[in-house]
Amino acid sequence: METKKTSLYQLHQDCNAKFVEFAGYQMPIQYSEGIVEEHKFTRNHSGIFDVSHMGQLFIYGGEDLSKDLEKIFPLDLKNLKLNHSKYSFLMDKDAGIHDDLIITKTNEGFLIILNAACKDNDFKILKELLEEKYKMVLDENRSLIAIQGPKSSEILNDVINGVKDLNFMSGNWFKFENQKVYITRSGYTGEDGFEISITNDFVDQLTRELINKGSKLIGLGARDTLRLEAGLCLYGHDLDKDKTPVEANLKWAISKERISKGDFIGSDIIIKQLNDGVSKIRVGIKPEGRIIAREKTKIFNQSDVHIGEITSGTFGPSVNGPVAMGYVENEFSKKNTKVFLEVRGKKHPASICSLPFYKKSYVKGVN
Amino acid sequence: MSEVKYSKEHEWIKLDGDVATIGITKHATEMLGDIVFAELPEKGSSVEKDGTAGVVESTKAASDVYTPVSGEVVDTNQVIVDDPSKINQDPEDSAWFFKLKIKDPSEMDTLMNKDDYDKFAKETSA
Repeated sequence: METKKTSLYQLHQDCNAKFVEFAGYQMPIQYSEGIVEEHKFTRNHSGIFDVSHMGQLFIYGGEDLSKDLEKIFPLDLKNLKLNHSKYSFLMDKDAGIHDDLIITKTNEGFLIILNAACKDNDFKILKELLEEKYKMVLDENRSLIAIQGPKSSEILNDVINGVKDLNFMSGNWFKFENQKVYITRSGYTGEDGFEISITNDFVDQLTRELINKGSKLIGLGARDTLRLEAGLCLYGHDLDKDKTPVEANLKWAISKERISKGDFIGSDIIIKQLNDGVSKIRVGIKPEGRIIAREKTKIFNQSDVHIGEITSGTFGPSVNGPVAMGYVENEFSKKNTKVFLEVRGKKHPASICSLPFYKKSYVKGVN
Repeated sequence: MSEVKYSKEHEWIKLDGDVATIGITKHATEMLGDIVFAELPEKGSSVEKDGTAGVVESTKAASDVYTPVSGEVVDTNQVIVDDPSKINQDPEDSAWFFKLKIKDPSEMDTLMNKDDYDKFAKETSA
């Protein structure tokens, strides 16, 4: 299959992007300044991320749709306010995670943002589960960009007036050059920011205007170091079909109201795990010194027993040291537990720590 | 002091008497991106031509550092272990990796001069 290009491909080239293939797309991994500078610029100023490879699924419907989606997602969708967003997952009956996603209630139904590598399969699963009762559009005519970092609100508001009044995890329709754009105050870097859904024909112009106001394009490389410092999961690494939301330490994203009733796909397992506990759980891991423990690094306890594995690990430019997360047997998941990481045949000391590594500065708001 | 020679694994080597200083090339650092971790061989250890003698890691991945000649490690550059970003800043001078007391000077003859290396680097990265 030919690799796809996003509508910002030319702009990426103009900004000297290095490209990698990611989920079937040619995506920028970094630009000329490099991952560390791009990471710091996002934390201190404002960075723009092309996330147009991600799926934008619009499902049209009213109250019936909310009810039907509640059979799939562990969310209280009937009480979700218009233009408000929630983080959730698509699970199978064993509560294995097939994707993690953001769902937003719009005036016409719901908008669900899906991972690029999962979107086609998600569409198939959801279409089947919803028995083709609703119009569903996985919109290829819209691009998605994120603008993240402390100066983003000011910069974006200069171009699209009114966005600065959005609360965290809420959105609305705005106008850019007479085009309807849907903007939510959200992101995946641990910084305040926005995600902007805009038609493919206008994304290049909008992005160039944001760059002119002082923001910069940031590649997938820095996106990964930013989200890991913020303690956020990456599907296919920290989350997959063999892990449940309880094991992934994401039970905060499951509605308490829905747990008490239980009638969603995977609810039996979720309720059982919440009551009885889990055998493995996702934790933050801080290596001592500078050694970097990457994905698949084995974790040992102090008696040299293999107790888990790293699922994401890199160097955190804002932490100025290595950061990692992974799954360990539950009894070793307490904060400050000493563990050892096997890197290139040698065992290096590390400790279990709380997440995030880097403190968030999201804009607060009612939710 | 002899001219600087280069290996196909993108190391440079400068011989002064029977002691060689070894590091990685500017071209290598450009391919690796931001270097955030460096591991060096132990002082006193012996290394064999084309064998692993260290590791560098960028934010993206880990890469082995090879030694272009055989010898005994007589010195290592702690500065780049403490601040690996120095490798990106000055790879072919102050950010050297290790020094070897070389075993066989003729091994130097198998390496490239600057012109040949630049050509090689250009071809392999195209």
